[in-house]
Amino acid sequence: MNDDQHILPTIEVTRRTVIETGTTALLLGALPHVSVAADAAQGGPCPISAELRVNGHPHKLVLDPRTTLLDALREHLGFTGTKKGCDHGQCGACTVLVEGRRINSCLTLAVMHDGQSVTTIEGLASGEDLHPMQAAFIEYDGFQCGYCTSGQICSAVGMLTESRGGAPSYVTADLTRPAVELSDDEIRERMSGNICRCAAYPNIVAAIKEAAGKMT
Amino acid sequence: MDMDTPVGANALDAEKIVGKPLDRVDGRLKVTGGARYAYEMQQDVLYGFVVEASIAKGRITAIDTYAAEQSPGVKLILTHRNAPRQGNGNHREAHPVLTGPLVSHYGEPVACVIAETFEQARAAALLLKVEYDREKGHYSLAHHLDLARIPHQPDGAPADSEIGGFPGAYADAPIQIDVTYRTPLQSHAMMEPHATLAVWDGDNLTLHTANQMLNQGRQVVARTLDIPVEKVRLVSPFIGGGFGGKLWVNADAILAAIASRYLKRPVKVALTRQQIFHVTTHRSDTIQRIRLATGSDGLIVAIGHDVFSGNLPGEQVYEAAALQTRSLYAGPNRQTRHRLVPLDIPVASSMRAPGESVGLLALECAMDELANKLKLDPIELRIRNEPAEDPEKRIPYSSRHLVACMHEGARRFGWDRRNATPGQVPDGRWLVGMGMSAASRGNPLRFSKAIVRLDPSGSAWVRMAMTDIGTGTYTILTQIAAEMLGLPIDRVRVELGDTLFPEAAGSGGSFGAASAGSALFEACEALRKKLADSVGMDAGTAKFIDGHIVTGERAVSLLELVGDGVEADGEIKPGRNNREFSQQSYGAHFAEVGVDRDTGEVRLRRMLGVFAAGRVLNAKTARSQAIGGMVFGVGAALHEDLVLDPRFGYFVNHDLAEYHVPVHADIPASLDAVFISELDQHSNPLKSKGIGELGICGAGAAIANAVFNACGARVRHYPITLDKVLAALPKQA
Repeated sequence: MNDDQHILPTIEVTRRTVIETGTTALLLGALPHVSVAADAAQGGPCPISAELRVNGHPHKLVLDPRTTLLDALREHLGFTGTKKGCDHGQCGACTVLVEGRRINSCLTLAVMHDGQSVTTIEGLASGEDLHPMQAAFIEYDGFQCGYCTSGQICSAVGMLTESRGGAPSYVTADLTRPAVELSDDEIRERMSGNICRCAAYPNIVAAIKEAAGKMT
Repeated sequence: MDMDTPVGANALDAEKIVGKPLDRVDGRLKVTGGARYAYEMQQDVLYGFVVEASIAKGRITAIDTYAAEQSPGVKLILTHRNAPRQGNGNHREAHPVLTGPLVSHYGEPVACVIAETFEQARAAALLLKVEYDREKGHYSLAHHLDLARIPHQPDGAPADSEIGGFPGAYADAPIQIDVTYRTPLQSHAMMEPHATLAVWDGDNLTLHTANQMLNQGRQVVARTLDIPVEKVRLVSPFIGGGFGGKLWVNADAILAAIASRYLKRPVKVALTRQQIFHVTTHRSDTIQRIRLATGSDGLIVAIGHDVFSGNLPGEQVYEAAALQTRSLYAGPNRQTRHRLVPLDIPVASSMRAPGESVGLLALECAMDELANKLKLDPIELRIRNEPAEDPEKRIPYSSRHLVACMHEGARRFGWDRRNATPGQVPDGRWLVGMGMSAASRGNPLRFSKAIVRLDPSGSAWVRMAMTDIGTGTYTILTQIAAEMLGLPIDRVRVELGDTLFPEAAGSGGSFGAASAGSALFEACEALRKKLADSVGMDAGTAKFIDGHIVTGERAVSLLELVGDGVEADGEIKPGRNNREFSQQSYGAHFAEVGVDRDTGEVRLRRMLGVFAAGRVLNAKTARSQAIGGMVFGVGAALHEDLVLDPRFGYFVNHDLAEYHVPVHADIPASLDAVFISELDQHSNPLKSKGIGELGICGAGAAIANAVFNACGARVRHYPITLDKVLAALPKQA
């Protein structure tokens, strides 16, 4: 309490004075910037250089080593198509492809991927031609708000590669086959790391089946 | 126009474009990453990171900012000590932050650290040391029912209703059901976290912010910051879901605005996923007692519904769970009561279908219990209690096709194959059952305006401060304008999400499409009249086809009339129709579940919703919305449970790993929704009704009833998790 009294502005700005003066400059400007810090630039972690090859193009970055791959893409390189939904690997909205494999970009630091290639949602189409997965998502209405969509699409592309390479899932009955047949159950199981709160799930499954057929 | 009279035949009835299952016009932007959300609008900004209170009630005794101030890149640390005085009110009126040392709920922002980078802001935020005096609070609804009071929402329906003599009629009836259902705390959990980028230009504030109702939000920001509303602009062309969680202005917006004003640089603030649960709103848990009484014929003679929910002291919003009970079924003696318990936990507010969503979880299961007691088919019970008019308002329904929905659903789903006796359909280790419920959701209309302009090129654009939270607003408005003006959809551009544009209702309460679409309809009517008048045609009989105005043999190209461009505006206001007709959209849900006879695990196998909701504006996006609502209902039935720690007043599972929403594996690919044909002459010029919330209404009850039919376990405490099923399983099963 004493602490508060010490810090409170010397001019007591009341709601009444604000109304009377009719300005906000007084309100916002009269208060002391007690906690405005000096521009201290000492003591932080040393920046680290890294080169990311994003959608085929090299990008040299000097990064705070705490920067996630997700924030490097969004905040440093402007690839805002990749979304931050939870920053904890719980929702899948940030899914991108690193060296062709899907990954939650929020759970990995950018500098760990020095020299690697990253494919984001911006890199899937060829010019004006949408990737078959993107086209199928539009046709089957595999999204509503669009915020999980980049992650769903990148995840689906990565998932097709995994299943065609024979990687089994929890619901795979026959582990000896070289490639897994993508039943509805296989798709649902393998896509369960990508939450869609608008719940386009049946449409996403339909879109993935359609795209998988076109990508053979 | 005021919605005072029935709507006759109009230009939309041709349905050449409206109603068609067109792809979303913003689809390409969304699948290529080109749609930009609030946090993504500008790169050269400062970053804010919120620090939350770690107590639920009490006061801050000290804030040590020293270490954080010395941390690299830090520009400002906002606390109650340096935050400006702000306007206040309830959570729908104002959202002051950092107002003083008092803490009113866990997670209330106590500071915001602004730094050059996100990493620096986050690191410095962790260095802040805040000390508190913790006071004893009231946290648990169930523990504090003795504090309940009658809520008063000035703009809402009365908390209580009473028709006939409920107590006597109930007591005298031969068949009685008296059951208490509980629904848990729930969180919207939309995918895009709340985020705001604030930019000041002199005294003018622009907030790029994730907000469902921009015009209302603008008022709240102005009141909170004590600046004229004309100085505030809200921009939100794309919103990553809302479900009610972004109806109101949240702390991210006000903190960003204040910090940006101080620092004279754009500042953006996003809540972390964990912070969302406490800093923003949630749906209250409820305790609901339902009493139903009938004769042996199954006709309801008494219907009662008592609802308890909680909210912060001073807040009036309660979970209006008995609202549909006042309208859904006939019966001469009726009593509904809502009570609100003041609790020291975060603000409870609207979440998808506030009221109906959890109310029908109770009522529609109680109806199933009644049907079971009467040995009547649940559909037959509902048909017998179909009212001729709204039983409490004593006014006609604007349109009501509940019975048709139930019949159509039963036919499509194979309801006749259901065994009415629980526990009779084994499938390996599973017991399989079917359940159904009715769906009903109020159909409001709100004031909206629109402007439409025909350019010299022959293309049209539409502007309004409407939002598209994923519902498909861009697409249906494009369809309406294209249909009205006789243009292909690629010649119509709809621009939304900016308060520089004409005022619109925004997205909430299932009023968005009807309100915004009707304003646009009126604007298009005015534009048609201008164009027709200019060539001496009668606007009433002229048709707009393929870029021409046509009457009889005469056709004039719009390109010849448009000159430098022609524009018109239009508006819609709710009127007498909203008072003289009881307006709801209706539907019926059918679910088939398997219950593991050993573990009690419930798996949804099939689900179908059949809905009657006026004119469907886009068959594809409407189906998607309905499916989305149904899956929300699956979550309510089986998964979602925001767990309160009754000792410390916080939500234990405040992230997406522990707050379970349905994922792909939970939802069968066969979950589907269909609409039956309906036009509502009293609702609005589009003859449509809201669909954004209808899908969730009753959906969870159909699943709960299927669980009972599968195994005989009647779980009255949502969500229906395996521990509760096991405890409720009949011994012989």
